Amino acid sequence: MSTIEETTRTPKHESPLLAGQSSQSLNEHFQGYMRRLKSGDLGSMPIILGLVVIAIIFQTQNDNFLTPRNFVNLVLQMAGITVIAYGIVFVLLLGEIDLSVGFVSAVGGVGMTILLRSGVDLSFLSFILPDSVISAFAPEGGWAWYVAIPTALLLTAAIGFLHGMIITLFQLPSFVVTLAGLLAWNGVVLILVGQGGTIIIQDRVAVGLGNAFLPDTWGWIVMFGAIGLYALNLALRYRTRTKQGLATKPITLLALQVAVLAVLGIIFVYIANQDRGVPVVGIIMVVWLVVLTFLAERTRFGRYVYAIGGNKEAARRAGIPVERIRVLVFTISGFMAGFGGLILASRLRSVATNAGGGNLLLNAIAAAVIGGTSLFGGRGRVNSAILGALIIASVDNGMGLLGLSSGNKFIITALVLLAAVVIDAVSRRRQEQSGIR
Amino acid sequence: MSEQPILEIKKASKSFGAVQALIEVDFEVRPGEVMALVGDNGAGKSTLIKGIAGIYAFDKGEIYFEGKRVHIHGPRDAAALGIEVVYQDLALADNLDVVANMFLGRELVQAPWRLDEAAMERATVETLDSLAVTTIQSARQIVAGLSGGQRQAIAVAKAVMWNSKVVILDEPTAALGVAQTRQVLDLVTRLADTGLAVVIISHNLHDIFEVAHRITVLRLGQNVGTYVTAESDQQEIVHAITAGELQFVPGMAQE
Ligand SMILES: Nc1ncnc2c1ncn2[C@@H]1O[C@H](COP(=O)(O)OP(=O)(O)OP(=O)(O)O)[C@@H](O)[C@H]1O
Ligand SMILES: [Mg+2]
Repeated sequence: MSTIEETTRTPKHESPLLAGQSSQSLNEHFQGYMRRLKSGDLGSMPIILGLVVIAIIFQTQNDNFLTPRNFVNLVLQMAGITVIAYGIVFVLLLGEIDLSVGFVSAVGGVGMTILLRSGVDLSFLSFILPDSVISAFAPEGGWAWYVAIPTALLLTAAIGFLHGMIITLFQLPSFVVTLAGLLAWNGVVLILVGQGGTIIIQDRVAVGLGNAFLPDTWGWIVMFGAIGLYALNLALRYRTRTKQGLATKPITLLALQVAVLAVLGIIFVYIANQDRGVPVVGIIMVVWLVVLTFLAERTRFGRYVYAIGGNKEAARRAGIPVERIRVLVFTISGFMAGFGGLILASRLRSVATNAGGGNLLLNAIAAAVIGGTSLFGGRGRVNSAILGALIIASVDNGMGLLGLSSGNKFIITALVLLAAVVIDAVSRRRQEQSGIR
Repeated sequence: MSEQPILEIKKASKSFGAVQALIEVDFEVRPGEVMALVGDNGAGKSTLIKGIAGIYAFDKGEIYFEGKRVHIHGPRDAAALGIEVVYQDLALADNLDVVANMFLGRELVQAPWRLDEAAMERATVETLDSLAVTTIQSARQIVAGLSGGQRQAIAVAKAVMWNSKVVILDEPTAALGVAQTRQVLDLVTRLADTGLAVVIISHNLHDIFEVAHRITVLRLGQNVGTYVTAESDQQEIVHAITAGELQFVPGMAQE
């Protein structure tokens, strides 16, 4: 990168771009935030307000809503949707759609369940393979979880890869290809599960995935460990930026960020420990949130996904391998759908012919959109999946407590989704007019 | 100004289905020179530079860079040679900030899997400062909100930052007001003064006579002449653009 060094010889204090920034105070930062709000960049504001409103409404109607037991239930209920929606976020960032994730997730769940019971039956190959090899792939009690689960995930990733290859090779709209996928994988699930059947999951780990809880002390340890790493990350970033003479957020604000997160974490673990403890799926959601946020915002791959969603032609002219990135994104979508499917199957301790159906697909896409990821491509963040899923699960859970019919649930969820899309469209227009991030 | 061309195209042809956009076009530019490329709408100017930039390959023809035959198979090849193009339909990603656009496709990384945001931001800020681009408030501003002139400035700054040897500008002032046009033209002159080869496409002959050293005229996909600005006048160029003598009969020349 010597080419850059040679052209960058201006002393830093002369730079008007730098001078205006490095001394940002908390007050100035707050004013900047208000300016962005006014310009239409609402960030997470509508969601947080929405959650507060939902909590108040349901709590006044039924005081079981804000209880430790229901709180933990909420986490268990939202996990599957959240993990599927993580993959959807990447697809939406590209400006594409993946309608197959519902049944691809079912393929993951059913695949794992079947492999746990019987492995792969290779007996039809008995004329070339020795018996010992065949029985290794189809042992008496089925595959171990540490083989069955990765295999199921590999399978769903391969399905996503296949969708991506078809879309890019034949230059087809993702809408059509994944719609075909929706139907095809539904068929595969029906065939695998068998007529009217249900398959029970017996493996301890596979059941624990969606149903286990951390012991109380471990809940605390994990939470404080995570907060510590977060603070360390912020501190390191602050140091490199000041070293380079770049603008930084005021240090008081960074401290405030850590403090708020710590308080939320303490409340979360405290409440969860009042009931059964911190659910394992809670940890899974947070781990994927961190990993995928890093992927989206700190790597070349993520940068390219945003660039393609914003201006595909510009990305191509910049030498970005557009088609390869698109295939990768659909692969991620398949993988995350599969992971969500494992959680959903585990939670029910079984898979049935209706796996992946109902409004799972709609809920997963709605979660990403309600959380603030734009349907128009190029705008959004991974955390919108978790925020949106929290809203959807709260509405669902609260209306269940009130004993409302599923008809009512659908209508309310639809209204929430519509509101989110309207907010997205309006804020997009205002942002285009003002141009402030 | 050196006499040896840094970039030379020989007999480039390109057709889109039935449309022959370029027919055996010769073109060259020398270091420190501003070469104008003019011609009517659809004459093939953008097609010529997209071929140079590796957006698509010429059907026939040879490209020489610094005297050596080169093959440009994609935008990365062109960038690696030191050819930077500022497109007519500006190739910026509106949803990304200034820094991300300056480094698009060539991001700096700390590890193969980790972007070096601080270094990229610093290089961006310093380049913009060195070009005296003072109208941009923050390097972290989203490009969607910038004016036409600011976007041109970013595209040009990108070329400078990457230490390019040839900078090609496709109608850089088409959408700009008087003051912003002035800024871009000054920038063009400054780039050539530092020894870069600059190719500028424009329909505004007045601007061209102000900044260009030589003028290449395309008509119906053919090179109808290259003129030294100082020895020519607008009338001669206008005549070449509208009625320059064609070597090949359009549409029948080749398959
Ligand atoms: N991608 C394409 N597909 C088909 N035809 C094309 C394509 N690009 C250019 N052409 C055709 O090639 C010819 C030359 O177009 P080009 O864009 O190079 O003209 P230009 O000189 O840049 O014109 P302008 O001054 O309007 O920008 C035109 O007839 C155009 O219609
Ligand atoms: Mg053009």
